[in-house]
Amino acid sequence: MFPVQASTGAGQVDALYIFLLVVAGIMTVGIFLCIAIFAIKYRRRDPDEIPRPIHGSIPVEITWSVIPFLVMLVMFAWGTRLYFENYTPPKDTLDVYVVGKQWMWKVQYPDGTREINELHVPVGSPVKLILASEDVIHSFYIPAFRLKHDVVPGSYQTYWFQPTEPGRYHIFCAEYCGTNHSRMTGWVDVMDPASYQNWMNANAPADSMEQRGAKLFAQYGCASCHVLQTTPSPALNNLFGHPVQLANGQTVIVDESYLRTAILNPNVHPVRGYPPNVMPVFQDQINEEQLLDLMVYLKSLSSNQSAAGVNPARPAPAGKAGAKP
Amino acid sequence: MSTTLPRPQIEAVNYLNVDYSWKSWLFTTDHKRIALLYLFSITAMFGIGGVFAGLMRLNLLFPDGLFQHDTYNKFFTMHGIVMVFFFLVPSIPATLGNFLIPPMIGARDLAFPRINLLSWYIYIAGAIITIVAILHGGVDTGWTFYAPFSSSYSNTHVILAAIGIFIAGFSSILTGLNFIITVHKMRAPGMTWGRLPLFVWAHYATSLIQVLGTPVIAITLVLLGFERILHAGIFDPNLGGDPVLFQHLFWFYSHPAVYIMILPGMGVVSEIVPCFSRKGAFGYEFIAASSLAIAVLGFLVWGHHLFVAGQSMYASMVFSFLSFFVAVPSAVKVFNWTATMYRGSISFETPMLYAFGFIGLFTIGGLTGLFLATLAIDVHVTDTYFVIAHFHYVMVGGMVLAYLGGVHFWFPKMTGRLYPENLARLAAVIVFVGFNLTFFPQFILGYLGMPRRYATYAAEFHTLNVFSTAGATILGVGYIMPLIYLSWAWFKGPRSPQNPWGAKGLEWEQSPTPPPTYNFDVPPVVTEPAYNYAGEVDDGGH
Amino acid sequence: MADTNVSAAEHDVGLKHHFDDSGQQYESATLGMWVFLLTEIMFFGGMFGSYTVYRNLYPEAFASTSRFMNLTLGATNTAVLICSSLTMALAVRSARLGAKKKLIFFLVSTLILGIVFLSIKYVEYHEKWVDHHIPGPGFHYDLPQYYHQAQILFFLYFAMTGMHALHMIVGAGLLTTLIVMASRNRFSAQWNTPVDMIGLYWHFVDIVWIFLFPLLYLIGNH
Repeated sequence: MFPVQASTGAGQVDALYIFLLVVAGIMTVGIFLCIAIFAIKYRRRDPDEIPRPIHGSIPVEITWSVIPFLVMLVMFAWGTRLYFENYTPPKDTLDVYVVGKQWMWKVQYPDGTREINELHVPVGSPVKLILASEDVIHSFYIPAFRLKHDVVPGSYQTYWFQPTEPGRYHIFCAEYCGTNHSRMTGWVDVMDPASYQNWMNANAPADSMEQRGAKLFAQYGCASCHVLQTTPSPALNNLFGHPVQLANGQTVIVDESYLRTAILNPNVHPVRGYPPNVMPVFQDQINEEQLLDLMVYLKSLSSNQSAAGVNPARPAPAGKAGAKP
Repeated sequence: MSTTLPRPQIEAVNYLNVDYSWKSWLFTTDHKRIALLYLFSITAMFGIGGVFAGLMRLNLLFPDGLFQHDTYNKFFTMHGIVMVFFFLVPSIPATLGNFLIPPMIGARDLAFPRINLLSWYIYIAGAIITIVAILHGGVDTGWTFYAPFSSSYSNTHVILAAIGIFIAGFSSILTGLNFIITVHKMRAPGMTWGRLPLFVWAHYATSLIQVLGTPVIAITLVLLGFERILHAGIFDPNLGGDPVLFQHLFWFYSHPAVYIMILPGMGVVSEIVPCFSRKGAFGYEFIAASSLAIAVLGFLVWGHHLFVAGQSMYASMVFSFLSFFVAVPSAVKVFNWTATMYRGSISFETPMLYAFGFIGLFTIGGLTGLFLATLAIDVHVTDTYFVIAHFHYVMVGGMVLAYLGGVHFWFPKMTGRLYPENLARLAAVIVFVGFNLTFFPQFILGYLGMPRRYATYAAEFHTLNVFSTAGATILGVGYIMPLIYLSWAWFKGPRSPQNPWGAKGLEWEQSPTPPPTYNFDVPPVVTEPAYNYAGEVDDGGH
Repeated sequence: MADTNVSAAEHDVGLKHHFDDSGQQYESATLGMWVFLLTEIMFFGGMFGSYTVYRNLYPEAFASTSRFMNLTLGATNTAVLICSSLTMALAVRSARLGAKKKLIFFLVSTLILGIVFLSIKYVEYHEKWVDHHIPGPGFHYDLPQYYHQAQILFFLYFAMTGMHALHMIVGAGLLTTLIVMASRNRFSAQWNTPVDMIGLYWHFVDIVWIFLFPLLYLIGNH
């Protein structure tokens, strides 16, 4: 009746579920029993009998309103705490980037490895997923971890987990997305750290995401303004995670979502002090996967962000793949 | 005027036999005839929605499916659209509500009889347009029409279906409007708010939701339709739009809509239980107030459909809390119905069997709603069969059972005939068994991780799906039985006495069975509280 | 509340059989119209809600579109509608006084003002057409950095003003019906409910415009 528990969070969700099952069971059995007992005990014996009326009782009404509500408050508090935990990643995570597209999941690791419909992760390390969509709304669902989140086009969504059991677990798309929605499935492969390392080494491509991002940065001519300042442009070092002031006076913290908009549609939220309509609009020119590569590269330019997340066995790239003119 | 020979006068003139011409039916302003017009059309739409359900369950017998994926996707979409907008929303209000609210309050008709007839024609127009959409290939977006799939990707008749639903929405608004004014202005002397039958309270609360909520789905569908044509970008992120805005607009109506669907059923149960317990409702004021509370609170919880959609975690927390809060008035009703039976005089005719079924299954359905309100659990089970099981427990186990119970309870009043009791009891049991076998396995499937709207599924879900389809077959039998015996009983059933159940209420005690066109031979004056089975003297209109 | 004291002639005037007396009938009609207007508020509310969301997201883009809102025509239309509400109120008053000629005069005035409004709307829409500001394949905008956002704004502009105009057209049809009924002596001091009710409707449509005008025309135009 339960899927396998394969993450630290899964057991906690199951515990809460069992609590609700017990409460619901007690209430259901209680009501069923009352009805059954009353139906039998008070069944009509005389066709003309009229029972004594009982209009009601305010103390009773209050009791059976307040007590269930208090029990519900427990459910609410427990569920909310667990929800915040499950959706608030710890500081150091292994970041994996997932792009959903009708009807497949494209997975990218910081070291540049790519897969389709498969996600390899090591036991015992916290993993953060950054989810993007190329087209419609999907949802990345891993029942064994009791986690899902919608994958919404135009934004990034994240969640995290820490696997506890090696094995192969379902990935399902859980937001209807068209014809092959039910075939948009995959597998999470949880491996012990040694096997995971071997797999990563065996599959490592030439370029990491950061390196691919650096190449895109050069290819699209970003350096000429942002590094060489041929046209005055916001500097990109120490950008990620720091505040930036927009032309309309608002201050925002630079994160993946902000950067995505800033690259694709720079004129939506122009930065104060820089004229609009100068940076080219890259909408429809850079796809979601390339954007993620750029994201990793841009993160690497900020000193307080590690380049590729915690990767237990692979050393950080020897030199920063900065943009050279 | 009828051109046939006059019927032999073996029965008094009533709303059915006063005129047999087709014009007298299609141009009627008698709320009772309009109720029957709705009854036939709604039954037909239920049949259509049921056929789609049958096809879906057939497909789900096989892990690799049976139909093409696009076809299956259309099946679940059409099942949802037809059942939600053309069956559940109008069902009890437009049939039983239309028929019973005037006699229950001592009125000759609703406040606006011609608008009542108009609402039926509007319903028919919406239904026809939707059927045309089905016949031309259907829609495959799911009844929830999420953007950007529905606005930019689907190649099916989204706009046509949206028009059909838009038009049907007007029918719902007009019905609700009619009921509100009727309850305010048309009560007989002595029929104070505190003496109103709980059925009327339930419909009043429902009407408030219908009137306030339906326009929002109407404008949402209009915006969606124009976006599909013009691609201006309101819901398209590539064009600066926000797909989640669609979800907020959609659920702002569609959540209160589920209370439109369940409150009338609760009203029916509130009439049946006192009658077959021969005892006034325990906590009358609380049952009445809980209907209003559900109507108001129901507008505040729509975000619980967006817990994993990208909504802020803090907003989700607020919606979770409010969703627990809205469960309290529903629980209060269940307790009050149960307490009504305490020390009552219980009999087991078919309506009461359906009421038992409602209370039990609504309890389960409502409790599973708490699972969904609990954030961390919802993350796991949302968009899975757990949700499907939850809402079918409340909608079918609750609403449909209440509808069947109500139709049986008031069948003698509407037709002047009696239905076959033992056959009806058997059908009620078959419905109950079939229903549970169909939907209980789906709770398990959902927690195991089977997502919804899947044409094919992982092999480990096979066994439970087979159980579910088996249950659906039994449930289908349970539905067909009343269709047959009620139709038969209409024409051939034994004549009913004035009040076969010994029920209290103006519709039973002072309006003939079946009623004349203006419901009462003598305008009633009310001197006692509702459900006064013990014949107590009133303490002054409380 | 039986109407036994009412003369046969009065009883016949408009009283429907399911009502006890004309007071009940009138109150029902009034409450009904108010509830209907409540539904209209919710209907427009969805659009106002969407507008609010996007205006908060894209304040500069939205402000840039107000250059293309013809303030003169918009203000004129506002004045026209306010006058039409005056003539409508005077029409209702005339109906209550049983003054048939004045009733018809004021109904016709309201109708004419409504038609003026719609004509000015047509001129504005035509301007938008010429400027390529109608959302869809032919849309252009002079500030490319605001292209998408402006298209969303214009989409909402047409949705809101278009729905409003549609309600005006329905109102014009209702006014015409009233004029015909009035000229056929259907109304009297004892019974003139339709005039009253349609008056309420007309005032509501006016009020929607009072909200639309500043939201759409006056942003960015301090």
